[in-house]
Amino acid sequence: MSVPPPIAMLAELTHRCPLSCPYCSNPVQLERKETELGTEAWTDVFQQAHAMGVLQLHLSGGEPASRRDLEDLTEAAAGIGLYTNLITSGIGLTPRRLDRLEAVGLDHVQLSLQGTTAKLADRIGGYRGGFDRKMAIAKEISARGIPLTLNAVMHRQNLDDLDRTIEMAVELGARRLEVACVQFHGWAMSNRAALLPTRQQTMAVKQTVAGAAQRLQGVLAFDFVPPDYYADYPKACMGGWGSSGLNVTPNGTVLPCHAAQTIPHLAFENVREKPLLDIWRASSAFNAYRGTEWLPEPCKSCERKETDFGGCRCQALALAGDAGVTDPICKKSPKHKEVVKVLLERRFEEDQTLLHRSF
Amino acid sequence: MTLELRNEDRPYLPRGVRMQRDEVRGRMVLVAPEKVIELDDIGAAILLRVDGMARFDQIVADLASTYNAPAEMIAQDVQQFLQTLRGRLYLMVQA
Repeated sequence: MSVPPPIAMLAELTHRCPLSCPYCSNPVQLERKETELGTEAWTDVFQQAHAMGVLQLHLSGGEPASRRDLEDLTEAAAGIGLYTNLITSGIGLTPRRLDRLEAVGLDHVQLSLQGTTAKLADRIGGYRGGFDRKMAIAKEISARGIPLTLNAVMHRQNLDDLDRTIEMAVELGARRLEVACVQFHGWAMSNRAALLPTRQQTMAVKQTVAGAAQRLQGVLAFDFVPPDYYADYPKACMGGWGSSGLNVTPNGTVLPCHAAQTIPHLAFENVREKPLLDIWRASSAFNAYRGTEWLPEPCKSCERKETDFGGCRCQALALAGDAGVTDPICKKSPKHKEVVKVLLERRFEEDQTLLHRSF
Repeated sequence: MTLELRNEDRPYLPRGVRMQRDEVRGRMVLVAPEKVIELDDIGAAILLRVDGMARFDQIVADLASTYNAPAEMIAQDVQQFLQTLRGRLYLMVQA
């Protein structure tokens, strides 16, 4: 099978982070500093990625600013022509570091937002003072004119603040607001009871986003990831497994998506041992769910199979116990009743307790 | 605000948005925050003229004479294309 090259690469430079958000997309088994790829190894990965067709590089973590060499890595990536996007909580950035990042060609910043007040945001992020520091650095980013996206991760405990979130994005001069409702695997799965939105919130968020997108057209662009437990059809995870993006973990393991390590039977390869292109094209993990040939029923005969590619593999595993079946979010899935059961059993007034991520 | 470009508007690609050649795939693309848009020849021809100096009506006139096509038709296509980009803030205008 001929495999088109990827467009985007997510480089998880480190799993270290001063925050400990209960929905962190990092794996439950976090990698430690000692195992991280060094500056030269990352630079080599960037060069390989660029040569094979990657155009967009997402510098992520953990908190990428926890790497002392973030500026050098950004310089290396921007220097070869990659579009560099820094995905950050803002903690660890300083005006001086921003100056350097800007000077070496950083293209864009995606700043996370845990909540609209210090009280809520610091409780979610598990880091006192984090909100104030984030707001200070957000103003520095904005003042420099660095293109800014605010990424608001939304769930039951902050969805009611969506209007204020949108106002903040405008006030901070962001061009884009991502309203990203929490997806449940990894750490978020452990916190599902505390984070799963109510049906009313789900209806309201759709209306609010649609209304604001209309009202703010030309001022603020929206990207919306709705809460999928209430959806009829699943999302096309990664736009199709192994089709357009790949993820490299701090120690150089190459993944088809950031949560792929939750699927126990997949074996992943490492850039320390193999060229990135070989891994992308030929590794068993990338080929396991690539394309539509592998799809089970009801996907195989479904007209949506080129739209959602069977949905999210990690969610299929989490909800149906099998990564190879239709994502149970889909109303056609024989396991859809598992989703309905979760929604019915949930008593939303209870359980606000959060399990924060930890090493 | 309306996304419609007036004749005197001077569109430009803001910082963080640029047109470049995608060597591996042999095509032109617009790269923007967390987005890559494939450009066909028409899209590339339009954006080549978007420099913050040229007015909307000048861009249209230039394209109409280069491609020997009716200006009204070109104006409609350019308007539609640029409005789509403007809606995502991949394009801005100065008067």
